[in-house]
Amino acid sequence: MHPVLILVVQRIALGLLLLFAASILIFAGTMILPGDVAQSILGQSATPEALANLRAELGLNEPPVTRYFNWLFGVLQGDLGTALTNGQDIATSMGRRLSNTLFLAFWAAAVAVPLAIFLGLVAVLYRDRWPDKLISGVTLASISIPEFLIGYVLMYFVAVQLGWFSTVAMISDSMSLLEKLSVIALPVAVLTLVVLAHMMRMTRAAILNVMQSAYIETAELKGLSAFTVIFRHAFPNAIAPIVNVVMINLAYLVVGVVVIEVVFVYPGMGQYLVDHVSKRDVPVVQACGLVFAAVYIGLNMVADIVSILANPRLRHPK
Amino acid sequence: MRGIPVSALIGLFFTGLYFLGAIFAPFIAPYGLSEVVGDVWEPSSSRHLLGTDSIGRDLLTRMIYGGRTTIFIATMATLLSFVTGSVLGFLAAVLGGWMDQLMSRLIDLLMSIPTLIFALVVLSVMPVTVPVLIVVMGLLDSTRVYRLARAVAVDVNVMDFVEAARLRGEGRGWIIFREILPNALSPLIAEMGLRFIFAVLFVSTLSFLGLGVQPPAADWGGIVKENKDGIVYGIPAALVPAFAIATLAISVNLVADWILNRTTSLKGGRGG
Repeated sequence: MHPVLILVVQRIALGLLLLFAASILIFAGTMILPGDVAQSILGQSATPEALANLRAELGLNEPPVTRYFNWLFGVLQGDLGTALTNGQDIATSMGRRLSNTLFLAFWAAAVAVPLAIFLGLVAVLYRDRWPDKLISGVTLASISIPEFLIGYVLMYFVAVQLGWFSTVAMISDSMSLLEKLSVIALPVAVLTLVVLAHMMRMTRAAILNVMQSAYIETAELKGLSAFTVIFRHAFPNAIAPIVNVVMINLAYLVVGVVVIEVVFVYPGMGQYLVDHVSKRDVPVVQACGLVFAAVYIGLNMVADIVSILANPRLRHPK
Repeated sequence: MRGIPVSALIGLFFTGLYFLGAIFAPFIAPYGLSEVVGDVWEPSSSRHLLGTDSIGRDLLTRMIYGGRTTIFIATMATLLSFVTGSVLGFLAAVLGGWMDQLMSRLIDLLMSIPTLIFALVVLSVMPVTVPVLIVVMGLLDSTRVYRLARAVAVDVNVMDFVEAARLRGEGRGWIIFREILPNALSPLIAEMGLRFIFAVLFVSTLSFLGLGVQPPAADWGGIVKENKDGIVYGIPAALVPAFAIATLAISVNLVADWILNRTTSLKGGRGG
């Protein structure tokens, strides 16, 4: 077998193992409390009958290991259980929301990734001059600002003062793509700002790193223009680190949507999770936690695989 | 004060201002924490410098007390994460072998789940009180400190003076606290600033989502949540705490940056 293939298979196996362990952790996380989960869901004033009912419903009378495996086999068959609050099937109510969240994250990524790479290149081209300094100043500021601040500032100035977009991002199937895009314009802008800074900074660092190699000096001495040097010689060699950064930021994006969805009242996974955490609906929280963890672990895995594949030394072993 | 760059001075000034405000909150605040003193969302006036909030409480008072809560929780969580993270990290480095492997892989696993998501999962069954928040945030954040502490300690652990201490017959406690800790302190302290910012952002996010500090207590994230409905009517009250969070984070960042530069230049020994 090709050595690269072995590495990739190993990485996928590691990802699956990690996901399995994460599912244990998420399941155990709802059982850290020394007392009774049913008691803490219903509160101190609950009647003994209500407690007994909830215990039976949650399967709390069985040992934790049995419960975990019942839950895990259910999840593997696509059965995420039913919500405590309204008795609905979690997988059904999650499906629509998950696609909404992915829609939002996809457009945020579609805007943020090219923009970040372009600005990173600009920063390299004008290294230590004002565009570079401006970019790194804005980066420092945007790392220090909570997502919801960016959300409300944009909402206040763009949606309320200028009246360009609506303040809530309600989305429904009857809308055309263009209407949907106009509705999610503000959340997309916020998410872009959130991940842009970090992505750009890492792009800049990755390219600067490559720019110090001998073959770049050769290309410069040959008299090639700065753009040709960067695009033809530096960029291909910086792809692996850049893809890595992009993937890590996409993983961050998937988490960042939780807050942004609440700010813009967007009917997605994040809103679903937060609602049910405050209602103490444990099965929904576990299911959402698992989905978020799976996406996060998956994107990190893709990042590693791409950097394995992008490395010519691994692709063509001696 | 010579040799401190302007940016660090600005950072130090604002950080100090916020911490003083937090410590002396009851003396500075013009009104009581949950005292209703005016109409809903009054604009700023000489009586209410920042106006009033969604049920007519003085916003400046809420902000000062809120800062106290936010900074207290963030500080305690940071301290907890540093104590746990660095002790475990040093221990892993000193013990080595399979204990090190076991602890490091467990930490890797904990970091493979996004912090916010894991915190939400845990908080869904926990009573949301200030001590619980501090413990959850502190322990989740200690994974980052563990990584740094272990990496630094592994380097220090192979130095000659540690070897000498070991041959002298010193115990593990001595090695960790008297040999490794003093030599690992400066990178850890620089990291502390960043972890503190992260804790401030984290507790604000949780409160904003309604899962952090519970009313009637105030904290900055909670004040954003209470006043967010005003945004639609063009009332910027929710932006005030958000700006406070941002300025605190930026000023701590400036200070941490300066400390980091200082310690690295000490280490490199070039230029002083």
